[in-house]
Amino acid sequence: MDLLKKLLFTLVLFCSFSITAQTIEVCNDCDVSSLKEAIKVSTMCDTILVKKGTYKEYNIVVDKPLTIIGENFPVIDGEDKGEIIRIVSDYVTIDGLFIINVGTSYTSDHAAIRVVRSKHFVIQNVVLENLFFGIYIEKSSHGKIYHNKVIGDAQDEYNSGNGIQLWHSKHILVERNIVQKVRDGIYLEFSDDITINENTSTNNLRYGLHFMFSNDDLYTNNVFENNGAGVAVMFSKRIKMLHNTFKKNWGTAAFGLLLKEINDAEIKHNVFEENTVAINIEGSNRVVYSDNDFISNGYAIKVLGACYANTFEKNNFLYNSFDVSYYNKINDNVFQHNYWSGYTGYDLDEDGVGDVPYRPVKLFSYIVNKTPETIILMRSLFIDIIDFSEKVSPVFTPDNLLDMTPQIKRYQ
Amino acid sequence: MLKILKYSFYDLIRSRWSYVYLLFYLLLGSVLLFLNNDLSKAVITLMNVIIILVPLIGTIFGVMYYYNSKEFTELLLAQPIKRSSIFIGQYLGVALSLTMSLILGLGIPFVLYGLFQSNEIWDFILLLVTGTFLTLIFTALAFNIALYNENKIKGFSYAILVWLFMAVIYDGLFLMSLIAFQSYPLDAFSIGATLVNPIDLSRILILLKLDISALLGYTGAVFQKFFGTNFGLFISIGTLSLWVLLPVLNIYRKCRKKDF
Repeated sequence: MDLLKKLLFTLVLFCSFSITAQTIEVCNDCDVSSLKEAIKVSTMCDTILVKKGTYKEYNIVVDKPLTIIGENFPVIDGEDKGEIIRIVSDYVTIDGLFIINVGTSYTSDHAAIRVVRSKHFVIQNVVLENLFFGIYIEKSSHGKIYHNKVIGDAQDEYNSGNGIQLWHSKHILVERNIVQKVRDGIYLEFSDDITINENTSTNNLRYGLHFMFSNDDLYTNNVFENNGAGVAVMFSKRIKMLHNTFKKNWGTAAFGLLLKEINDAEIKHNVFEENTVAINIEGSNRVVYSDNDFISNGYAIKVLGACYANTFEKNNFLYNSFDVSYYNKINDNVFQHNYWSGYTGYDLDEDGVGDVPYRPVKLFSYIVNKTPETIILMRSLFIDIIDFSEKVSPVFTPDNLLDMTPQIKRYQ
Repeated sequence: MLKILKYSFYDLIRSRWSYVYLLFYLLLGSVLLFLNNDLSKAVITLMNVIIILVPLIGTIFGVMYYYNSKEFTELLLAQPIKRSSIFIGQYLGVALSLTMSLILGLGIPFVLYGLFQSNEIWDFILLLVTGTFLTLIFTALAFNIALYNENKIKGFSYAILVWLFMAVIYDGLFLMSLIAFQSYPLDAFSIGATLVNPIDLSRILILLKLDISALLGYTGAVFQKFFGTNFGLFISIGTLSLWVLLPVLNIYRKCRKKDF
């Protein structure tokens, strides 16, 4: 909200210098019957009020600070011809439009709304349907994408675009958007200091949320459900992931959260439910995982390698097929104060901490990592027997990978 | 043969053990359903039970029945009845009564729970079909063992050994060979090795039908590609039938030559 206030304030401050600000109405049988025309006749800081109706327009360029407001969701129909709105000026607000039929192109990424090298933009209450790219922010900053709905109909990864894409952008707030059935729900590339709040990203072909080379970002209270492969965070530093829900990302190549080359991140208070792999970790260091719930996943945590100085604490691990899968024999990560539903130890001194350490890596998951084909012996009696004997006297699994202080009761 | 089948069958369904077996499945089915409230999870747990317990009970029951009714068999042998009808009849009597206990014991709670309205019905039917096959296979193996061994203790130990081999040791050997030859392509080998053992085959057939198959990853995809087709299904039903047919043929062959 701070960002919003600052934004509004600067907007008001900026536009209050212009005295001539007026409102231009656009409707199908007004003097001004198209958005393009309205932008042409407007001056700085005007408001364009688009009345209900259908406007067949594309390549609309907003090149001055304007506020474009749709009344009762007027339809802007691009007729699959190309990009629809391009913002190239600072202080532009787009509010309440219904934009459909963005053209598909393999050479230029056509978007419903593209913001290029602009600051202080606001895009809110916009509904996008039948799109290639949805909202595309390019080298822009200090903007806000609030309460939009992006509904794609993507079939294949190679010929579909992303819902909300941020490229080389900074200080942007993405809040309360709903993104469905596109390639990547929200995609960030080289974008720093982005805040992503309370969005719902579901049924996307690839990732619900995707970070590439983006640092110092924060995402909280989002829901990612039933995406092709969940959320991917790659080659990024200092990302905070708090209070999110990762749900039902189920499939042979799916996971809830994929971390690749991530350093100094915080993953706290998230819920991972029914994912094939809840968190898939590769080459990530100094990451803190705490207060998360891992419920009924195939693998709760799958550590592929080159992961050092990570901390897993105060998490609940409930009814996962495999709690932790681990490749190496060396362990440099700390597991402490977690609750494990598979824990069978006792607590004689009744301090709420189990007296026997818990080993989260099963022998079978170790074998599967070495020889993937052995997975077909899953749920065989023989596997249960060797898992049990390994639990009693560990030979193969790293002997220092254990939770010395397993909790007796789950964290609420 | 039908008369003997009928006799064995009625003899068995009047026996206490059939009721215990039936009650066990009834109890298991109802507890799983009414405590769990989730059909798909109940099917997974039942699978674990079926692939371990059904073969075990089939072997033990088969051997036990053969030895217990030995005097009666000898009496029958004195009558002008074909030998094969005596033994095949007895075998079918045991196998069918066990199958009936299994189907009724699991079926009743599931039907009461409202199976017909749910999507899990095919998984459940597959469960019952594999359970039936496993009963037929392991009872036949048990009869074979009993026919070859006059000594009860020996017979029992061989029967348990066969079960142990199929349920546990085979998987251990399988696992070791997978690890030993991990640098070679193993898809065809693992499909072959699964087909050979009826317990493994049943386990895979059921697993592939459930959500959990996503965990099997790439190997699972290879298996799905094989077993998911009509050809794969045909092959697996074929192998299971072969597993029934060969021991039964051997009972037929052996009982004609055997000197009592």
